Amino acid sequence: MRRVILAVTGTIAGLVALLSFKSHVPSSPVAATAGGPGSGSSSASSPSSASTSPPRGGGQTEAVPGAFPQGSLAGTLPAGETAVNGKVASTSYGPVQIQLIERSGKIVKVAVLVQPLNTLNDIQIGKFAFPKLISETLTAQDAKIDAVSGATYTSAGYVQSLQSALDKQH
Amino acid sequence: MNDSGAGPARRKHAEHVMGTVVSFDVPARAGEPRGDGPLGRAVRWLHWVDATFSPYRDDSDVSQFGRGARPLAQCAPELAEVLEACAAISARSGGYFTTTPGGSFDPSGYVKGWAIERAAAILTAAGSAEHSVNGGGDVQCTGERVWRVGIADPLRPGRLALVVTGQDFAVATSGVAERGAHIIDPYTGQPPAGLASLTVVGARLAETDAYATAAFAMGSGARDWLEGLDGFEAFAITAAGATWQTSGFARYAG
Repeated sequence: MRRVILAVTGTIAGLVALLSFKSHVPSSPVAATAGGPGSGSSSASSPSSASTSPPRGGGQTEAVPGAFPQGSLAGTLPAGETAVNGKVASTSYGPVQIQLIERSGKIVKVAVLVQPLNTLNDIQIGKFAFPKLISETLTAQDAKIDAVSGATYTSAGYVQSLQSALDKQH
Repeated sequence: MNDSGAGPARRKHAEHVMGTVVSFDVPARAGEPRGDGPLGRAVRWLHWVDATFSPYRDDSDVSQFGRGARPLAQCAPELAEVLEACAAISARSGGYFTTTPGGSFDPSGYVKGWAIERAAAILTAAGSAEHSVNGGGDVQCTGERVWRVGIADPLRPGRLALVVTGQDFAVATSGVAERGAHIIDPYTGQPPAGLASLTVVGARLAETDAYATAAFAMGSGARDWLEGLDGFEAFAITAAGATWQTSGFARYAG
């Protein structure tokens, strides 16, 4: 359970950072952002659509096509798998919530319960960034760490740190 | 008498103090954070340090001494100890470590790591054989078990860049990831260019943390300087995502 919590927090922290970053660089292709700095702009999205800025808060809620499950998997799980819902994280683009499917202490699937759908950019984030972050989550769970060292966080920043997830293990 | 690190009898505690959160991983019998056991003593120490050394509290020794309103002899003796250590580190780093980072007296760049190192020593003296104390991202690990400390990836928040392992060691990271560019090159007055984060590994956190701060301020000069420090190894991630490490760092790589 400890690693599940760690992964939930880590993924949400990554998402929050990603969404914040997007707000500063609105015309940057999403695929390049998801790949991290230095990965080049292997853009799967067309530049024209990435630079389009539809008004916020339009309430658009259409389903987003992607390689990851949308909505809860809780009702569809085989025996031995458990669904754990992360907390809803507030981001500047709206609420984000993910669900992890655990089997024998390992995360085997990740689903997205809530994500921002208000703009075209948000849809692209959902399509490209979520799968990237999800694959990173599945890797990080094997690290088995005792503590995390990084640039000093404030009391407020601690909440989204990987260390805070470790501290919840008793 | 050694506690088993892998056993269930561990206690985690996160204490809000010194403007950050200090995370404890201690044996369960270290007691309560507000109790009289090892954990309680360590937590009380940190709050005493905060009250005595905070530059944000008008009545602290650091504030009063800094503006000349309280002579050193009337301050807690630990202030003289801190000043002496800061002077030595400043000299050793060619002035890149300073107790006046923003122009006024503020030894916080040394005090936090020193306070965490001392908190770990208090736990040891009070009977804990195995513990880690993490002060906002700078960690002192104590005990014979092999500790695994993840290094946050400054370019991809929420991810780890690597894991370092060791016994009885300290890991400190300076960078821009969490608080923006809060380290200033004292010679230019500007944030150093080039590095996204720099991790130093050593035996004890006070010096290890101060050297991480100083080296980060050096920017591109950090690598050669760190290579010449005995007993310390370093790993850096540049703003462009490249990495380098000192020649002895590999023995810590997990």
